[in-house]
Amino acid sequence: MEQLGQRLGLKRGVVFAAAWTIVLFLITPALVVFPVSVTDQRFLSMPEHGLSMQHFAKLMTSEDWLGSIWNSLQIAVVTTAICVAGGTLCAVGCWRLSSRLSEGVRTLMLLPIVIPSIVYSLGIYRLFVDIGLIDTVAGVVLAHAVTGIPYVVITVSASLANFDPRLEQAARSLGASLSQTVRRVIVPNIMPGVLSGAIFAFIHSWDETVIVLFIAGRSVYTLPRRMWADINENLDPIIAAVAVMLIFVTLALLAVELTLRARRARMSQTRSTA
Amino acid sequence: MTAETIGMPAQRLRRSLGTQQFYWLLIAPALVLMLSFYFYPLAKVLWISVTEPKPGLANYALLFTSESVQRTLLTTTRLCVIATAITMLLGYVIAYAMVHAGERQLRWLTFCVLLPLWISVLVRAFAWVTLLRSNGLINQGLQGLGLIGEPLTLVRNELGVAIGMVHYMIPFAVLPLYANMRTIDLRLVAAARGLGAGPFAAFRRVFLPLSLPGIVGAGILIFIFSIGFYVTPAILGGGRVLMVAEYIGVQILNVLRWGLGAMLATTLLVSVLLLMAALARVVNLRRLFGSG
Repeated sequence: MEQLGQRLGLKRGVVFAAAWTIVLFLITPALVVFPVSVTDQRFLSMPEHGLSMQHFAKLMTSEDWLGSIWNSLQIAVVTTAICVAGGTLCAVGCWRLSSRLSEGVRTLMLLPIVIPSIVYSLGIYRLFVDIGLIDTVAGVVLAHAVTGIPYVVITVSASLANFDPRLEQAARSLGASLSQTVRRVIVPNIMPGVLSGAIFAFIHSWDETVIVLFIAGRSVYTLPRRMWADINENLDPIIAAVAVMLIFVTLALLAVELTLRARRARMSQTRSTA
Repeated sequence: MTAETIGMPAQRLRRSLGTQQFYWLLIAPALVLMLSFYFYPLAKVLWISVTEPKPGLANYALLFTSESVQRTLLTTTRLCVIATAITMLLGYVIAYAMVHAGERQLRWLTFCVLLPLWISVLVRAFAWVTLLRSNGLINQGLQGLGLIGEPLTLVRNELGVAIGMVHYMIPFAVLPLYANMRTIDLRLVAAARGLGAGPFAAFRRVFLPLSLPGIVGAGILIFIFSIGFYVTPAILGGGRVLMVAEYIGVQILNVLRWGLGAMLATTLLVSVLLLMAALARVVNLRRLFGSG
């Protein structure tokens, strides 16, 4: 097959050289923030006379930045909990019912992913002004939760698609009650999907910028909100330090997600060969 | 459908009724949350667009009469078309390499494509500003090499916005393109070669047509994502390139013209939904989003 591959279609060397050039374009931005974050200058630049951790030190002692990080972390954790609970139950219900109506519900749940945040932001801004949730943690959590639930519904639905319904039948016919079946048979089998969904929901909330521009501002000042203001106003190298920190958090989460995905693939493979 | 098919008819009915209600109960919390805090606010936007400042379609008339609205829509369309075209071309090359790559290379390519997808959009926009601005790394590098005298204007214009958009979108193009290309039987290309087609003819007449559904699907998806862009154009455009999302933001946050903002938001929403409907005709949406 490999020899066949050599003869296929276009010239391999040219295609791969082009592909890796584009990949370089993809990862360059992630790479440049590292040297910039350790610059010895006071302004945004490459290090000139040596490396310096001054911007990380500034970040770690700035009450504003730490406050925003803490703010974002709290909001993301609570949001994730709501998304996981609501999204998982919803996906299981839709999967088990699989009627026209429940399929409709599941399609409806996908809409927040494609509808631009700006459209939603206007509506939620108005609603929150009316009910007094503007600039509150509860308000931001709610808005992030409803836009994050779809990610959990998608990932859990994906693992349910690989789940053999006969396992559930077996549990029921062996005398397990409905809730026992859900707890002991369905949940352990969809765990990788649930965790992937949790990671997506967390990142969604942690990164979300557009909605918070509208519904938060003074008392709730999330990390993306502060970065947005800083990038637009003074382009301090401290943002590079924040960026490096964010990239490390992302890499850690990406590693977890890839492991989960591999496990999910393995699980469905063993099932299909069994 | 499954557990209920065994058992006595009456028992089955009772049980299936209870079971149905139980499963709807599972759906309820998410559904209620979404209806009250997602779909209701969306409906509110539609409502505002026809009631403020006064009832009627006056806001929609601005689509045809207001010069600044038309300029914004034109800028948005132009940038989205250009960015989508470039994104598709570059994404196609990566996806094509991925289907022909060995396992090791495939893993690295996948990793490098997924990595930017996971990095905060703000971090990416910030990094591009660092690279592209007039005293940024690219201009300094080129001046250091003596290739240019004056710094090039790479940001705070449409070029900068396009670079940022293409960079953001490539992973979204690669994933569906790759998913589609994986289903193509590469032996067909080999057969074409065996029958005397040159490498390019085999690609153009066999592989390319087979990958067309992926191209159309990914293309529409990219276009949908790009017309609602806010953060990237706002930062890389530096206020000089106004795309529709940022224009709406300005109407609401700065000049408080809710009617105009809501009208444009509605227009954006309708465009996205129409494109989604077109997309649904081409590909199985749920498969595109990876569930099922």
